[in-house]
Amino acid sequence: MSLEHLELFEVFVRSARGLDHKHAGSLHAADHEQALEYARDCYTRRSEGVSIWVVKSRDICASQEDDSDSFFDPSDDKPYRHATYFPLPKEVGNM
Amino acid sequence: MSTEDQIEDINALEQKFQARIDAEQKIEPKDWMPDAYRKNLIRQISQHAHSEVIGMQPEGNWITRAPSLRRKAVLLAKVQDEAGHGLYLYSATETLGISRAELIAALQDGSAKYASIFNYPTQTWGDVGAIGWLVDGAAICNQVSLQRTSYGPYARGMIRICKEESFHQRQGYQIMIELAHGTPEQKQMAQDSLNRFYWPSLMMFGPHDSESAHSARSMQWKIKRETNDDLRQKFIDQTVPQIEYLGLEHPDKDLKWNEERGHYDSGEIDWEEFQNVINGNGHCNRQRIQHHVKAHEEGAWVRDAQNAYDQKRRARKASTAA
Ligand SMILES: [Fe+2]
Ligand SMILES: [Fe+2]
Repeated sequence: MSLEHLELFEVFVRSARGLDHKHAGSLHAADHEQALEYARDCYTRRSEGVSIWVVKSRDICASQEDDSDSFFDPSDDKPYRHATYFPLPKEVGNM
Repeated sequence: MSTEDQIEDINALEQKFQARIDAEQKIEPKDWMPDAYRKNLIRQISQHAHSEVIGMQPEGNWITRAPSLRRKAVLLAKVQDEAGHGLYLYSATETLGISRAELIAALQDGSAKYASIFNYPTQTWGDVGAIGWLVDGAAICNQVSLQRTSYGPYARGMIRICKEESFHQRQGYQIMIELAHGTPEQKQMAQDSLNRFYWPSLMMFGPHDSESAHSARSMQWKIKRETNDDLRQKFIDQTVPQIEYLGLEHPDKDLKWNEERGHYDSGEIDWEEFQNVINGNGHCNRQRIQHHVKAHEEGAWVRDAQNAYDQKRRARKASTAA
């Protein structure tokens, strides 16, 4: 059997309580349990994490980089979503 | 579409690609990239991955003979790290659309290369010190620079690897300190290891810029961020005080501080030896690949067992679902 029969997993690691899980890398494994064990061995040898997520790579649905312009376009024409759109009088200081 | 239109299309894509690189943006797996960029990356990253994996052999050779339990634990941890580095880099290569099996096959049939330094034998415990200190040291110079490489997955792998590397170099240097400040015999062992590993470490940076086949384009594509000679110079400069502290003799008799350049001038590398080792005639070339093939074949039962287990589980799942 070659590695290709193993499933490809993406690994996400939470480095400390209260922080987001962050993509750490990928690995091949037979199933979720094994992927978790491999991820622990590969990505947390120096206490880099307190929690690990593993997700089958093929289960990830990703936006297309190529049409990102049109995909993200609708939010770009709404500058009033940004705080900087609303100038504050100097006298007021920070808000 | 006419061929002319297609060529124009590719030109436009290439311009967009180069513009993105010039703007210091990373290229990600799904982005359009020139074929040559992809090929160049597959060659470089897989070569890097193979080096991490083959590099486990010369050091693994000493795990059972480490002089103390602490030394054994340290060396084991270091070698385990290198296996992890191999994994990070194979994964990064796979994002370019090549399979792990193809990569391993290319290593085993000799069409892919790995760092020639690992074709030198580790004859003494001093060599384990010299490898950590000099070989990992040289690798770090290169890898620190590659943290800014243009391909996203490669750059991220490098950042992860660099975090782990400095322990490798320090544990090696500590071995050297203990030997160099020990008995005359121990000091001699340290000197001998330094003599044998110094020049091959300099060769790790590759041929001179003027001779390097891949350099110019790799720089334009920002796959490489600093040239072979610049990185080598950095390593030469930083190693001088380290050798001095050990109280050992510098292997390069032509080494001289150049006030004007602000760098050390050094003697010429024996490029014939470099070519020889690259072309398969080093001390251990055959042994390294044979060992890799043997380990791979002897591990077949693990993969088979995994496969059998997987099938069984699938069958069980299917029967409970039915
Ligand atoms: Fe490494
Ligand atoms: Fe290392």
